[in-house]
Formats: sequence, structure tokens, C-alpha cells
Amino acid sequence: MPDGAATAVIRVRGLVSRFGAQVVHDGLDMEVRSNEIFGVVGGSGAGKTVLLRTILGLRAPDGGSVELYGKDVQQLAAADLSSLVRSYGVTFQNGALISSLSVAQNIQLPLREYDPASERTLGELADLNLALVGLEPDDGAKYPSQLSGGMVKRAALARALSLEPKLLFLDEPTAGLDPISAAAFDELLLYLHSQLRLTVVMITHDLDTLFRTCSRVGVIVDGRMITDSLDGLLQNQNPWIHSYFHGPRARAAEKETHG
Amino acid sequence: MGPSMTGLDLEGEDGDWRLRLSGDWSLAAMAQIEALLDGLPAALRGALTCDWSRAEAPGIGPVWVLLARLGDLGAQPSDVRHTGGPPHFLELLQKLEAQRHAVSGAPAQSPGLEGLIGKLGRWAVLQGRHARGVLGFFGRIVTVLGAAFSRPRALRLSSVTRHVYETGITAIPIVSLIAFLISVIVAYLGAQQLGRFGADIFVVDLVTISVLREMGVLLTAIIVAGRSGSAFAAEIGVMQLNEETDALRAMGMNPVELLVVPRVLALMISLPLLTVIADAMGLAGGGLLSLVNLHIPLPQFTNRLRESLSPTTFWSGLIKAPVFAMLIAMVGTYRGMQVRDSARELGRLTTVAVVQSIFLVILADALFAILFVQIDF
Repeated sequence: MPDGAATAVIRVRGLVSRFGAQVVHDGLDMEVRSNEIFGVVGGSGAGKTVLLRTILGLRAPDGGSVELYGKDVQQLAAADLSSLVRSYGVTFQNGALISSLSVAQNIQLPLREYDPASERTLGELADLNLALVGLEPDDGAKYPSQLSGGMVKRAALARALSLEPKLLFLDEPTAGLDPISAAAFDELLLYLHSQLRLTVVMITHDLDTLFRTCSRVGVIVDGRMITDSLDGLLQNQNPWIHSYFHGPRARAAEKETHG
Repeated sequence: MGPSMTGLDLEGEDGDWRLRLSGDWSLAAMAQIEALLDGLPAALRGALTCDWSRAEAPGIGPVWVLLARLGDLGAQPSDVRHTGGPPHFLELLQKLEAQRHAVSGAPAQSPGLEGLIGKLGRWAVLQGRHARGVLGFFGRIVTVLGAAFSRPRALRLSSVTRHVYETGITAIPIVSLIAFLISVIVAYLGAQQLGRFGADIFVVDLVTISVLREMGVLLTAIIVAGRSGSAFAAEIGVMQLNEETDALRAMGMNPVELLVVPRVLALMISLPLLTVIADAMGLAGGGLLSLVNLHIPLPQFTNRLRESLSPTTFWSGLIKAPVFAMLIAMVGTYRGMQVRDSARELGRLTTVAVVQSIFLVILADALFAILFVQIDF
């Protein structure tokens, strides 16, 4: 096996996604390497969330294949799929915390399902995950409706981390946060990435987050993905990519990062 | 090959403990790890060394739990050393634990021993507030209806017609079927009893009076409460959860006018109409059974029907329909407006809406029965 294949955590080949006559992805290729923060950007309706749902196996592709750790998601037996599900954590756009459970219970939910332990240990593990994402132990007793937007994102991240995944999918983790909370989230993500050696796939529109955290970025344009480092994308002459990275907002974010 | 057995060996004495960790220390082995930790002696004082050289793939959760338990057993964090290639996140955990000890000490909310009187008082206040809420809700509906005299647009006729269609027209099949079957059952069982006295013909009286006075309207109301009362609560409840009602208020529109009044009016139109259909189907069911089972020809059935009815029988049933409709629609929409915060609340309040509206319908029916007897209606 060539070297590149050994370190590829996610490999999407020739993905086609259709909704009726509308073609969202038309032969999309994507490769995420171990231990990187991979950003996914694209215009509204470009199919970022559809791509995420397809990688997670929540949606069957209309063509092409998706491999996680070298295994085709669609071909896996149920038992293998559940062990695969354990190996990644996901946060959804709106947090998707279970509204009738407290934050601590949300964090314990996958633990109870997969790794039963005593209440005391579950409480300690909930405390750990709360501490990892910078929430107070008291926040565990709160219900999702009592949390601010930033706390919801952190609580969702705590739940995603609870099974100790090596791979983390984040769907718009900083959307709807004020700049200070968003910046704090970026730092948290970088910190967890270095401390827990995570591979992160992040869908984001937040250019500051993109410049601060991502090592490589995949841009979905016309149903395909163009993957490059940020510096490479800044030089790219594709009209959409050019206007994305050279618009008024991008220039400000860029200036901040590159001084 | 799977991971090897989880192990935890303690050697030494107070002042020089050595803890050797071996085998699978990942999160998947949490249950075994817990059992091993429970087997540690009750107190570990003095210096303690953790040897990680034989632990495989230690998970952050199990290591956190280990550190917490060592702390509980009296091993100060400063006394614990780690050798043999401890996990890379150990420093992170030690930092987190230090922070946790700094913030802990905030007293947990004590459950408190509430006296029975306190509970009763709180319950009474809650009920009082609840009653005021219901009254206020009714008042807001009346206000909207009052405003509609000077501003007919407030009645939202297009919305009303949609709800008449959804609560009325689409309910015709189920209401017809149930009214028909129930009256067949009543007639059949009645015929068994009355046949013994040779009073078969009175089956007609039994069916017509029970269907027109009570069963037609009551069955329809109960079906509609289950169908539409729950739908009202769920629709408005989801709008509450999505902040749609707040959006309406913020745009200067009145959710009671837009969401509640059309539903109340629509149900007050459709429930009487459904009742007429249920009455007709009930009589048809009685007539069919009389024909098939008792061999009473249809002309004789209709003659007997006319004789058994007083002029008010039909109206005494129908007049209750708008009242029932108002109760069902108001309970459903009110419970829907009460939904806050969570999906569980939505389910709970939808259930409450159906149960309460059925209860109120039957209670109102009982009051009507007494009233009609008193005024000889």
C-alpha cells in the first residue's frame, strides 16, 4: 500500500449526490489525512452538509464511494458499522443536544450505550468532558434550553468527545457565536487537537476560524472539491475561490493571521 | 488479536506505593478498570508511583477516573509520580483536575426538607396562576373576536377554511364509520333485551334517541379531540419551540389572532357539521340492523322514528357541538402555547391537551344533561 493511503483517514472517490434533477456533487474527491484539521467550505447549497451526512453513512451516495479508515461505509455489516461509529464524534449545526436530558446526561448518553459503568464513574467522565471543553461542573445539571449559543456548541463538542474518538466532524462549530466566543472555540479546538491528537473535519463559513485552525482546506465548487493548503488557495484563479478568499471579509481575516 | 486483560497491581507500603498498570486501559475496558479500582485499599498515603510501561492504549477517561480515585484515597496529586511512558494527555488531565479542585467547594443545591404545607402552598399558587392563565387566554380570544366586529380581516377567513377542511372534511370517513358501527352495536344489543318482551319495535326509539341526543355528538367530539385537539397542540407547540410565535409577535402580529382564533372558529363550524353526519350515519346503522336482524321494513322504521322524536331531540344534541368544539380547540391551542424548551414538553402537553379536552367534553355533557332535564328540553 502506498504511503499516502496509509495515512488517509477519509477517502471519498467520485461521489455523486442528486436530489431529483438537481445534482449537488458530481464526481467529488476528498481525502483527509491523519491528525490534520481539514476545513470544508463552499457556497450555500454547495452540498457541504450533504457531504458530511454521506461520509457519516446517514445518506446513501448516488454514485462513488466513501471510505473511513480504508473501509467502505456502504459495504459494512451492522456490527462493523457500530464500531466505526464509535471511532468518530460529530457535532451538528444546531448542537442537536437531546432537549429532555441535562448536559451531563447528554454526555453520558453514548457512554451508557457502549461502555456501561457505575453512576459515580459516569459522573466523573461527564466532569472530564465538561472540563475538556471549558464548561463548569455545574453546567452539567443544566438543560439545553438554559444554555447560551456558545455553551450549546461546547456541550455538543463535549458529547462528541465522550467516546474518545480519534476523528471529529464539526458542522459550522462557530456559526452564530460572537467573535470572542468564536475565537475561544478556535483556541479550544487547536488545544484539543494537539492534546488529544485528533483528526478534525470542519465545515465552516467562518474565515477567521479557517485561517486560524485549518491545515488544509477543501472547497466545493461546481460539485467537485478543490483541496489545497490555504496559501495555495489564496493563489487559486478559480473565480468563486478567488472571490471567496479575496472578498472584503477575507482580507480582514487574512491580515490578522499573516500579520 | 484483541487487547490483553486489564491489570492493576499495587505493591509497597505507606510512603512508597508502586502501582503497575497493564493490559487494556481504553474506555472500552471501563467496567473492568472500575472493578480493579474498587479493589484498592481504603487509604494510600505518601509517595505513589504509577508505572505505565505495560498499559496499552490508555484512554483519557479511564486515566481521569484513576487520578480521581487516587485523590479520593488520600494520595495527594503532588505525591503521585508517573513512569514508564505515561499517556501524552496526562499533563492536560492534571491541569484540569487542579482547576476542578479550585472551583469545587461550591455547595451543591441541597434537596431540602420541604414541609407538606410548603408543597401544598406551592401547588395552590401554581393552580391559581394556572387558572389565571386560562382566564387570560380566554380573554385574549374574546378580545380578538370583539375586534373582528370593526375589523373583519382579523377573522382570517382563509385560515379558518383551511382548518375547517383539516378538522372537518378529512374527519368525515372516520366519524361516519364509528357512528354507524356504534349505533349498529347499540341496536343489536338493545334488540336482544327488548326482544324478550316482544318490544322489538322500541329498538327504533332506543337508537334514535341515544344517537341524536348523546352518542352522535359525544362520539364525534371525542374523535375530534383525539384527531384535532392533539394536532392543534402539536402544531402550535412546534411553532413555540422554533420561536415562530415570538417572530410573529416581533412583527406586530398577534399569535392568538393568527393561530388560535382561526382554529377555534373552524372547529366550531366543523364539529356541528360532523355531528349532523354522525347522526345521519347512526340512524342509517340503526335502520339497517332493524331491517336485517329484526325484519322491520324501512317505511315502518321511519314512521316509528318520527313518532319517537320530540321536536327538540335533534337540536338538544346539535346545540352541544359548538360548546364541545370550543372546549377542544381552546384546550389544544392553550396547551400548544404552553410548550417551552424541549421535545418532551411537546409530547407531554399534547397528551394533556387530549386528555383534558375529552374530560371537559364529558363534564360539559353531564351538565347539559342535567340542564336539559331541568328545563324539559
